[in-house]
Amino acid sequence: MTAPVLGEIMGPRARRRVLVLSIAAGAALAGFIVLALLRLDANDQLDADRWRPFTNRAVQDFFLDGAKNTVRAAVTAMVIALAAGGLIGLARLSRSLPPRLLAAVYVQFFRGLPLYVLILFCGFGLPRLDVRFGTFWFLVMALSIYNSAVLAEIFRAGILSLDRGQSEAAYAIGLGYWPTMAYVVVPQAVRRMVPALVSQLVTLLKDTSLGGLIFYDELLRRARINAEFTQRTLPSLVVVAVIYIIMNAALSRLASWLEARQSRRYGASRIEVDGVEDLAVQSAMSAAGKKR
Amino acid sequence: MEVISDNLGLFLRGMRTTASLTVLSYAAAVVIGAVVASFRVSPVPPLRAVGAFYVSAVRNTPLAVLMVLFFSGFPDAGIIVQSRYVSAIIVLAVYTGAFVAETLRAGVNAVALGQAEASRAIGLTFPQTLVLIVLPQAVRTVVGPLGSIFIALIKNSALAALIGLTELAGATEQLISTTAEPIPIFLATAVAYMMLSIPSSYAVARLERRLAIKR
Repeated sequence: MTAPVLGEIMGPRARRRVLVLSIAAGAALAGFIVLALLRLDANDQLDADRWRPFTNRAVQDFFLDGAKNTVRAAVTAMVIALAAGGLIGLARLSRSLPPRLLAAVYVQFFRGLPLYVLILFCGFGLPRLDVRFGTFWFLVMALSIYNSAVLAEIFRAGILSLDRGQSEAAYAIGLGYWPTMAYVVVPQAVRRMVPALVSQLVTLLKDTSLGGLIFYDELLRRARINAEFTQRTLPSLVVVAVIYIIMNAALSRLASWLEARQSRRYGASRIEVDGVEDLAVQSAMSAAGKKR
Repeated sequence: MEVISDNLGLFLRGMRTTASLTVLSYAAAVVIGAVVASFRVSPVPPLRAVGAFYVSAVRNTPLAVLMVLFFSGFPDAGIIVQSRYVSAIIVLAVYTGAFVAETLRAGVNAVALGQAEASRAIGLTFPQTLVLIVLPQAVRTVVGPLGSIFIALIKNSALAALIGLTELAGATEQLISTTAEPIPIFLATAVAYMMLSIPSSYAVARLERRLAIKR
């Protein structure tokens, strides 16, 4: 990471040019930061008083509990979606038509739908049809349905990325379909899926911020409540953004690290699933990893 | 089913807004992404740092937080964009730009080092190398992921409803809360989104077949 991607060792002239550009860019950056700070100061956003509520223990706990609720919903949905997604992924690869078709329709339908709409439907639509749960379960329901469709695709791609020789060899030594899946194919496929799964967890954690739509008490909703209550909108939202960045940066880094290790050891996993931005980056990195 | 036929106009207007929102913010995101990706691979350390900061901050913040932050938080600092439509485009472009940048950077990594070395050998400067030699090849390796980001953006544009824009998801929200027939509305919305996303995935697949270099 120390050397620039496209660089060889630079000569004296290039080094001088980089130095001049660095100083210019550094100055421009410093200027931008100063301008931003002046702007904030002109609107009194830098006064200690604007930020004092966040030193209060009760306010901190209010945010932390919100973060806990966010993580709780995300983890519950991830566990359910993993189980359901695994089954749906297997169904998509089934040898008989009905499960294959059913699973394909399910995946196509729910993957193409914005989570926003699915959450609205679960939280506001279902109660009108006399389905009653708490908001937590409505949110988990929407998140699990959507993510099981995505995870099914990851799972399928993981299995398909495996060399066919693996299952052919298993059949050749007399294993049936299910033993081949259970002992040969799935264990290897799961290993290839790990980076994509971690990256999907980042997406899921971010998506949980839509829970506030149906009044689930997650982080963003609490920040908005706090913003209204204390009349400090900008600080409250900045705090939430920072909490999210800390949580997700760790996970994103883990995903990149796993991806790199993966392609070093077993070759690129190249798991592509359309329509999820975090996974798109993941698969692009995987494509690059294959090369170098 | 009357809910749908009665509100067909609302659905169609919503679809049009969603489509234009997606296309405009994607165009802006590609520009942002290309600039940031070149920052990230440039030999100038401050530019690399700016690029890395932007990508990791934006990528790890939920889009919903960015929407609310821009629309309700920034006015505190005197940054006010009156139009909800323009606000939505800005936020969607800034968010998506981070993913485009990361994808392009991965693409740049996949271009053989010999390409950059050869263009230096014939006397091209770094910006020339990047724009004329490396980026075009980089784009072709990551056509698939870039298309996938576009399809994600169709869905992500639903979050414009959070700041009160009546695009497709906003229209759905109105109807779900004012009528007692959630299922037909839900199905109609799903169909409407599919009418946008299925042709897009088809187009992406075609582009990928024509342009992509398998590495």
